[in-house]
Amino acid sequence: MAQLSLRGIKKRFRETEVLHGIDLEIGDREFVVFVGPSGCGKSTLLRLIAGLDPITDGEFVLNGSRMNDVAPSRRGIAMVFQSYALYPHMDVYENMAFGARLMGLDKAEVEQRIADAARMLRLGELLKRRPRELSGGQRQRVAIGRALVRKPDVFLLDEPLSNLDAALRSEVRLEIARLHREIGGTMIYVTHDQVEAMTLADKIVVMNNGRIEQVGSPRELYETPANTFVASFIGSPRMTLVDVTRDGDRLGVANGGAVAVGAVPDAKALKLGLRPDAVHLTRGAAEGFAAQVVYTEYLGDNAYVYARLADGTLLSARTTPNDLFAPDETVTVTVAPGAAHFFSAEDGRRLSP
Amino acid sequence: MSTATTTAMAYQDRRGILGTLGRDGLLQIILIANTIIMLAPIVIMVFSAFKTTPQIFASPFGIPDFTQVGNFVKIWTQTNFLRYLLNSFVVTGASMVLILTLGTMAAYAIGRYAFTGSNFILMFFLAGLTLPLKLAIIPLFMLMRDLSILNNQLSLIFVYTAMGLPTTVFIMTGFIRTLPNELEDAARMDGASEARIMWSIMLPLVRPAMVIAGIQNVVPIWNDFFFPLVFIQNDDLKTLPQGLTTFMGEYTTDWGVLFSGLTLSAAPIILIYIVLSRQFIAGMTSGAVK
Repeated sequence: MAQLSLRGIKKRFRETEVLHGIDLEIGDREFVVFVGPSGCGKSTLLRLIAGLDPITDGEFVLNGSRMNDVAPSRRGIAMVFQSYALYPHMDVYENMAFGARLMGLDKAEVEQRIADAARMLRLGELLKRRPRELSGGQRQRVAIGRALVRKPDVFLLDEPLSNLDAALRSEVRLEIARLHREIGGTMIYVTHDQVEAMTLADKIVVMNNGRIEQVGSPRELYETPANTFVASFIGSPRMTLVDVTRDGDRLGVANGGAVAVGAVPDAKALKLGLRPDAVHLTRGAAEGFAAQVVYTEYLGDNAYVYARLADGTLLSARTTPNDLFAPDETVTVTVAPGAAHFFSAEDGRRLSP
Repeated sequence: MSTATTTAMAYQDRRGILGTLGRDGLLQIILIANTIIMLAPIVIMVFSAFKTTPQIFASPFGIPDFTQVGNFVKIWTQTNFLRYLLNSFVVTGASMVLILTLGTMAAYAIGRYAFTGSNFILMFFLAGLTLPLKLAIIPLFMLMRDLSILNNQLSLIFVYTAMGLPTTVFIMTGFIRTLPNELEDAARMDGASEARIMWSIMLPLVRPAMVIAGIQNVVPIWNDFFFPLVFIQNDDLKTLPQGLTTFMGEYTTDWGVLFSGLTLSAAPIILIYIVLSRQFIAGMTSGAVK
């Protein structure tokens, strides 16, 4: 069982406040991903939960008891570090046994737990090796194994894939998803890669500048982003955001044409958010935004076209590989009805039509 | 761009063979010459240890008869050499233990904990590097007298510890700061106490630096002549360098015995040096953190 509540968590380093009041509930067996750009405070928040840094203000409650002043090792939390932080002078077995022994477990229990972890992570042959004799992926598995043997309620993973090459990354990603299913603990995972967030998470927490921008399932974040930050952060290629003015039910770009998108919120000026699959490019259509193709990305099963609108915004659009556009070609952009997102021009919040 | 690189490489290749040979050859010559200059006195010392005094003066550079160990037997049986050797071991050993323990602990605190004044403390230790301790010999003498540890090995141990701490703290702080923070965090998550983190995680990792700091200090302490000369009068408490001077008489000196004493006194330190050099293992931390 693990039920985490963060209530008004603030963190100050000397004079600079890096977290401005975080409120978050995390349920048992949930896989939660903190995602955001570098410096948004996601790793700091993780370290506060781990107990490695003191909480300046607010409350962290785990399973009903306040954890603010509890030592890291007594919180029932284990952490996998970005750099793995394996003890270089100990072999794999010792690395995993170190924490287990400090928990006061007897020898047989320690051995049993390590054997279980080694089986689950396929570390059997590596137990007598030193970290420097392991590959990146193997070190990663040892780091996870070290967390496993402590049988924590909550696993914290700090950008665990960032040191792996691309091919290994998707493999280990699957591995982590499988582990979560098998051991069923609560996992909190920090990354700046929205693909990792989308594929792994039950619940994504999007952070920016020390604040939570939105909490929700991957589908919620993709389909109903709360503001322009979340909208442009989630999804690849990113959502195009363009300033438009409303004229009846048509939206116009500054000296660049206008388009009908279905129901529109009641505001004079707004930001229009367009996912690559929401727009359609044609040559010489009568109505739509005028745009000039900048370049085309051919990906085999589909292609992305990047085109510049009249006001200078770079728009991304998905097209079929059969219909490639040449650079500098002039195209007309139309929008699928109901596929557009609307945001306030002032504060970037989501508006519903 | 690529043509420019190709030309540059070709140019280097052409210059390469002669240039490299010339430079490396010169380096080799300098290094060999240096080796000879450094080793010659040691070789002469060892050679002379196997000669009688007349033989030393007759053929100072001649190769001796290595079976002739009379000097060593004499120094072992007829002088206080063993006593001096033991004293040197006690003084050097105790000083090194104190220097390395205190130095590592101080460096760990300075390098790892952020607290006000940590920089000042580091500077304070470093100031010790600039202090010519021998100039303070008179106040030191009075201090030792007032502590009533004159003519006592404690006086030497205290002075040597104070002498060795600045370099040790300097070397160790720099090294400890390069060790990844996440290792400590990981140990903390595993439930290790601060002392445990230092003992089980950090100490094994700083061993190369401790070896460097150790060698840096053990040689001058072992060889020191000045402080024992001032602080120690009792013959039973004398250290080797000081004790060996008793072999030098006012009118006659048994050079053969003196050289064999010197050889024996230099041997342990040379051995320690050779053994410890193997400990300079580069990349002890490689593999901890990518």
